Amino acid sequence: MRPLARARSVLGGLRARLILAFIAVAVTGAAAAAWASAASAGSSLLEEAQRRIADEIERKVTATAPSMPYPPDQAALDRLRTTIGGPALVTYGALRSATGPVQDLLTPRLRSATGETDRLLAQRVQRGGPKLVVGTPVLITGLDGVRRHSGVEVYAVRDLGGVQQQVDALTANASRTSALALPVAVLLALLAARGVLRPVRDLRTAARRLAGGDLGARLRPRGSDELAELAETFNDTAASLERSVGELARMEADARRFVADVSHELRTPLTTLTAVTEVLEGEAERMPADARESTRLAVSETRKLARLAEDLIEVSRFDSGAATLRPEEVELRAAVRDCLHTRGWLDEVQLDAPEEVAAVLDRRRLDVITANLVGNARRHGAPPVVVRLRGEQEWVHLEVTDHGAGLADEVAPHVFDRFYKADTARARSEGSGLGMAITAENVKLHGGTIEAGNAAGAGARFTVRLPRWTEVSP
Amino acid sequence: MARILLIEDDQAIRSGLALALGRHGHDVREAGTGEQGLRALGSTPPDVVVLDLMLPGIDGFEVCRRIRADGDLPIIMLTARGDDLDIVGGLEAGADDYVVKPVQPRVLDARVRAVLRRGAPAEHGARERHHDLTIDRAALTVHKGEVQVSLTPTELRLLLELSRAPGQVLSRRQLLELVWEHDYLGDSRLVDNCVQRLRAKIEDEPSRPVFVQTVRGFGYRFGPV
Repeated sequence: MRPLARARSVLGGLRARLILAFIAVAVTGAAAAAWASAASAGSSLLEEAQRRIADEIERKVTATAPSMPYPPDQAALDRLRTTIGGPALVTYGALRSATGPVQDLLTPRLRSATGETDRLLAQRVQRGGPKLVVGTPVLITGLDGVRRHSGVEVYAVRDLGGVQQQVDALTANASRTSALALPVAVLLALLAARGVLRPVRDLRTAARRLAGGDLGARLRPRGSDELAELAETFNDTAASLERSVGELARMEADARRFVADVSHELRTPLTTLTAVTEVLEGEAERMPADARESTRLAVSETRKLARLAEDLIEVSRFDSGAATLRPEEVELRAAVRDCLHTRGWLDEVQLDAPEEVAAVLDRRRLDVITANLVGNARRHGAPPVVVRLRGEQEWVHLEVTDHGAGLADEVAPHVFDRFYKADTARARSEGSGLGMAITAENVKLHGGTIEAGNAAGAGARFTVRLPRWTEVSP
Repeated sequence: MARILLIEDDQAIRSGLALALGRHGHDVREAGTGEQGLRALGSTPPDVVVLDLMLPGIDGFEVCRRIRADGDLPIIMLTARGDDLDIVGGLEAGADDYVVKPVQPRVLDARVRAVLRRGAPAEHGARERHHDLTIDRAALTVHKGEVQVSLTPTELRLLLELSRAPGQVLSRRQLLELVWEHDYLGDSRLVDNCVQRLRAKIEDEPSRPVFVQTVRGFGYRFGPV
């Protein structure tokens, strides 16, 4: 998988998506809450500070104003300014008493507004830190009892740095709170993801086991949510699958056991038949013609029956898994020659084996493979039958080719089927109908391969590949 | 022409084989159970026992062991092909050879004759000494030190063939042809089992043999002592 694709699949996983969503929700929530409370706390702090400053200045102005001469002179303005303290500016017409950088901070808007109002005004400015500029007119009460502008205006600047620090601390706190929420959120997300994902993962594992043929795979349903329902459903499905497969396996095993039992039972009468037909065969020459013919038929059919019973038993052994390999060191060229020699085929079969091939495999089974393939070629093909033997590093190749008409396309896939009759005209061949199936099973038992096809310019060709060095089981 | 005791529980098989072996010139006596068979051995000992493994009562393996405990009477088992455990078990119990049901009487006849030939003195040889083992090829006796070793005809024949050329390797196939006169179809168990039984009788330490040595991948070799 390409890294990008892998990353996408990891991020696209249920677990990652759950965790990310959880973190997003938790952190956003925590941050929003923290920031909102910080902001509201901050603004109320500021307002509180402003109110305090405004009250203080108003108090001082109110306390000082009545004792001021009117119209005020420079000294009166200076006194008032000193009373107010801090950076302040007191104006009356052209007179001004100033200390500190009030002039720079004073906006024209505040000035004009102060001139027109009868209340204290405040404006926040940022100049070397946050500052509050306050402007208020000094009101006097006339003889008619009406309060009006005296023309004196007081401006003061107060530093909000301290308050700002408090607000900053609040903000920092909010950030910290949000940051603290992150690991907690991750932890919670992991726990939640695990809670959701474990059943999902268990389901996946169980489904895989089921697919792998372990029909006993079940889930332990926890709780009563949708996942538990899913687990229940899975268990029901698996149980019914197990039942039907078990039923099928039992039926198949019964059928196979029946075949094995029948074949074994056939052995007893066949042993007798084989013995007595041989006695009859010895007398055949002295019998009348019809009895002689009957005897010959009885002998050959008994042999066929014996062969069929043996092959059935052999097949049953493969089916029941009772067939075992007995690997030994074998020199294959000699083994193949022995096989042909024992059956009297050496003269008619061409053995193409230029060199000796040492190998480790089951000699008896190799004999069966060779004999069946050659016997098949002799029966269904045409001479010459050629047996080709070659050894490679890890494999041994055995090819049996005849020079007949070859295999028809529809025959090739079925040639290793049990009781498959390629040639309906010869509904009863000499073989049991199991020879090729047994051959294939013997090859498979070795862990080899067998293929049926046609050779160019010849007839059918069967190619067997066997591992050259079969593991000797202890 | 041999006296054969046929121990087989199936009446039809018994009759059929007895008829067929009779036509090959043998004198066949029948027994339907292991017990009957063992009793029949006492009266007039046969030359060879043909023994079915699947018997009611005491089974063929047990019969085999009891015959072996008494002596070296040749035993040929009747088995079912591919029932490897039966074959190995029978050979371990001391059988000399086996044939597979349904057996052709002419095959059984050949095996009977072969097993009897093994016990027949056919050699003019002197006594040979190999370490403390003395082999008398004419008298067909083997002594370990001063004690005579009781060998079955098959074990004796195997020892004679192996010791004919000390130090020379004989393959299992060669031994099968020389001793059992088999058409070789890949059954080396006969050889391996017989070698084990022979070692148990003549070696000081059967697990570390001196006389009958295994040559891995090739076969067996006598000595060199």
